[in-house]
Amino acid sequence: MADSTKTIEMEVLRYRPEQDKEPFYQTYSVPFTDDWSVLQGLQYIKDDLDSSLSFRWSCRMAICGSCGVMIDGVPKLGCRTFLRHYHPNKVRVGPLEHFPIERDLVVVVEDFIKKLESIKPYIIPKEPRKLEQGEYLQTPAQLEKFRQFSTCINCMLCYAACPQYGLDSKFTGPGILALLHRYNADSRDGGQEERMNLGHSEEGVWGCTAVAYCSEVCPKGVDPANAINQNKMGSAIDYFLRFVAPRGAGK
Amino acid sequence: MKRSNAPLVWSLFGAGGMLAALVGPALVFVTGIAVPAGILMSRDLLSYQRMTGFAHTWLGKIIILAVIVLFLWHAALRIFHMLHDFGFHAGAGAKLVCFGLPFLCTIAAAYRVLMI
Amino acid sequence: MSAQMDKRRPYIRSMNSWWKRDPYFIRYMGMEATSVLVALYAAILLVGLLRLSQSEAAYNGWLDALKSGPSIALHAVILVVFLYHLWSWFKVMPKTMPMIFVDGKKLPAETITYTGVTVAVVVNVIVLIILV
Repeated sequence: MADSTKTIEMEVLRYRPEQDKEPFYQTYSVPFTDDWSVLQGLQYIKDDLDSSLSFRWSCRMAICGSCGVMIDGVPKLGCRTFLRHYHPNKVRVGPLEHFPIERDLVVVVEDFIKKLESIKPYIIPKEPRKLEQGEYLQTPAQLEKFRQFSTCINCMLCYAACPQYGLDSKFTGPGILALLHRYNADSRDGGQEERMNLGHSEEGVWGCTAVAYCSEVCPKGVDPANAINQNKMGSAIDYFLRFVAPRGAGK
Repeated sequence: MKRSNAPLVWSLFGAGGMLAALVGPALVFVTGIAVPAGILMSRDLLSYQRMTGFAHTWLGKIIILAVIVLFLWHAALRIFHMLHDFGFHAGAGAKLVCFGLPFLCTIAAAYRVLMI
Repeated sequence: MSAQMDKRRPYIRSMNSWWKRDPYFIRYMGMEATSVLVALYAAILLVGLLRLSQSEAAYNGWLDALKSGPSIALHAVILVVFLYHLWSWFKVMPKTMPMIFVDGKKLPAETITYTGVTVAVVVNVIVLIILV
């Protein structure tokens, strides 16, 4: 079957703070073959049509999490979405929702990075360990409890999907709360109480209203909605029992 | 971080939602359609005599109170979230209406059901 | 470096009518809106309780109001909403539960949903049978 070249109209959001008062959409005619991703379309624009277009990208294979964009209003990875699915219609590419726009398709991610650091995303040992104790041992069943939530690539599509984060960015958000759960659920970890200081708050699990669009758009099947909402029952039980039978030293 | 008090209303929301799913449709059909229209059920099912008899028993009081109160609190949390989602950020005002009203209704219902 | 920082002017987009942006959000708002009719039904029952505690005449007035055409039509709508609530409640339920493993395999969300819906339908039928 001949891989013929077609043309698609890509409407791409532009915003250059030094010269544009507001964002606007610019249309480019992009020739493509069936194997082209939206990211390749953007790269063609930058290489051949308009070198002023700015966007993030790196691995081109859906593992680095850099190329997240809104494609026809849906958060997607540019490298994993194909122009052929939109042709012969136009395809509209914009920056991820719910983040301030830095420039063109580049969003300000400082909030996300700060929150990522704040949940202590590393194993906090239950007790100090010596090298002689050797490695942690973990059964496949113990691994299954958190493995799914460890596959997050920090692409932030879930933040673009989450209306609660969009309405109030004090909410920690789906991806980072999923990571919080990933560590709490890891049998090697002893930092649950520290992390649940955030988890038990409105900025934690209680800011979620179970819209669950985050899990729909996640390219890795992390299911952050599940990570967050399965902690609500535990948080509620802890809330009612904390004076009667406090877990650990927490008050 | 300040601990959220959401578990209070969330637990009532959960209980109310579960109860609404388990018995809601049946109750709506009986009280709102079947008995008033005389379909399938006798019109006497909800008669004053039978209902006061039912409300005199402790089981009856608990069931009447549970259905009314839990359904109200289930709706309270969802409506509170909807107000926020529609952009009404009245904060304390929204909380007063969304949780104050069900609270008053709970007191009123408890008082009335104990009176019978 | 600071000259470059001065040129930054991050653009913040509005959240107005965010829920109209995607059919998924519209369905979500619809699901949440069912709570309004749940509250309405509870309010109708509350009025009935009030009347019951007042007098036989007051209570019969409430019963008569339920017999009217508009009331029965309203309850037909409320019934549909409650049935949708039954379905959507168990559709969301798997998201609120930790992983359950049966024979080493994770229990799929659909199983939890169908089990829940089946149990709820059975309980509703039992309630109907008790009352008939």
